[in-house]
Amino acid sequence: MDILDLAFMQRALLAALLVGVTAPAIGTYLVQRRQALMGDGLGHVALTGVGLGFLLNDSPVWMATAVCIVGAVVMELIRWYGRTRGDIALAMLFYGGMAGGVMLMNLSDSGSSANLSSYLFGSIATVSEEDIVAICILAAFVILTTVGLRRQLFAICQDEEFARVTGLPVRLLNLLVAVTAAVTVTVAMRVVGLLLVSALMVIPVAASQQIARSFKATFALAVGIGVTVTVSGTATSYYADVPSGATIVLFAIGLFVLLTALAAPLAKRRAGKAQAAAECTLDVPGARTAADDVKV
Amino acid sequence: MEQPVISLRGATASLGGRPVLRGVDLTVRRGEVVALLGANGSGKSTAVRSIVGQVPLTGGELELFGTPRRRFRDWARVGYVPQRTTAAGGVPATVREVVSAGRLARTRFGMMRKADKEAVIGALELVGMDDRLGDSVDALSGGQHQRVLIARALAGEPELLIMDEPMAGVDLASQEVLAEALRAQVARGATVLLVLHELGPLEPLIDRAVVLRDGCVVHDGPPPEAVGQHALPGHDHVHPHAGPAAEPIRTGLLT
Repeated sequence: MDILDLAFMQRALLAALLVGVTAPAIGTYLVQRRQALMGDGLGHVALTGVGLGFLLNDSPVWMATAVCIVGAVVMELIRWYGRTRGDIALAMLFYGGMAGGVMLMNLSDSGSSANLSSYLFGSIATVSEEDIVAICILAAFVILTTVGLRRQLFAICQDEEFARVTGLPVRLLNLLVAVTAAVTVTVAMRVVGLLLVSALMVIPVAASQQIARSFKATFALAVGIGVTVTVSGTATSYYADVPSGATIVLFAIGLFVLLTALAAPLAKRRAGKAQAAAECTLDVPGARTAADDVKV
Repeated sequence: MEQPVISLRGATASLGGRPVLRGVDLTVRRGEVVALLGANGSGKSTAVRSIVGQVPLTGGELELFGTPRRRFRDWARVGYVPQRTTAAGGVPATVREVVSAGRLARTRFGMMRKADKEAVIGALELVGMDDRLGDSVDALSGGQHQRVLIARALAGEPELLIMDEPMAGVDLASQEVLAEALRAQVARGATVLLVLHELGPLEPLIDRAVVLRDGCVVHDGPPPEAVGQHALPGHDHVHPHAGPAAEPIRTGLLT
């Protein structure tokens, strides 16, 4: 295939693959914790890092990672301490991050509005050799965390209060989730852009939930969907000459709609099966009575 | 004398600047089943949440298994059932996945071994949910959710079980199952502290009832036998421990 002969497309597809794995992986925990939009906020904050990278002539990816991690830690601290005015503080952080990024980019010599929009919406064809090394390292961290600590992260995201009484270091693990989300934002930044990062953390998970019944299946299917849309979206953007980020997100939404349509008959069949099972056990002496299951 | 499992002395705590506990004494000895009763807002939930470290105490002392709360690390000995109406999170999860989280008290960052998996299934057998292992918790009734939450606490095979309103929103059939599960725990020597709104099917299991009102202990002794009559506002039940000016006890059991 000619697309694989081009060095920049090889890099683009590798980056797309890694984004397809990492964004839904951490996204599953964020959705489980009902923090689906955390990625969006972090994307805003990361822009300040990108601007700083341009201003200091440093790597925008590493700068964005550093600033985004600081932002994630601040968000976690706000969640701990600032219950009453927490949302206002978050708004300051997000919009401050975005405004700061635009300002810093404007002040730098190399930052142009074309550059700005390539970070906001993704520009996969411009992924450099240096970027891909950073993306690989960061993606490895995200995968190790989300897969290696899946039982611990599941527990703190499912029921934080309970997890604390099991003796797990819940604060540390919460921080780790936030930092991992921040790292994922910068992994995905070049591919889908900072404004669309959150879409890849949330939509594959939402699509996967339509048919999965377990956490494990939701996680695996979300990653599968993520890889499918990022790789196919990147290839499409090459052939059709359309922006990669928008293509990927629209593909993801398309899959969500498709799986939602498929889920309705599937749920009906499962409900029918459950009912049949309940009817069969009614006559068995000593079995659970129908009263057990009346409230669904 | 043996160390009490829970020792709370002169505990005070506030929520949002409002004092909720105003000097609560509570001692639970090994093998006891103690019910914490009281009306809504009496502080009973805050009392158990402070024992498991969810609400900071502003004063007083707390010891678990003879160790000051601040230095207590042995959480595998404690099973906790928080006040919940659902076991579900933002993402689908199966009954087995939710209950396995309870086993983290023992495995922490280690692997799930065969014994751990068996403990999870054993806990589900205790609450009669072992046939629903692979089902999504979204598909369960209110009573079944509560049974899953209790199985999660039991999965760590705790010595002390702390439950916050385990019977809330639970149908009668599930209440009976839970009473039976609790009886099995008590038989194997577990200590139980539970917050209840009414004694219900658990009544025969309970050794002692502690009644809170406005953040103070107003009764500590045998559970009120005739719940309805005892709880009536006009019922004159002056406990010998209380001061001479003690008011009649309103347990709030009827509210």
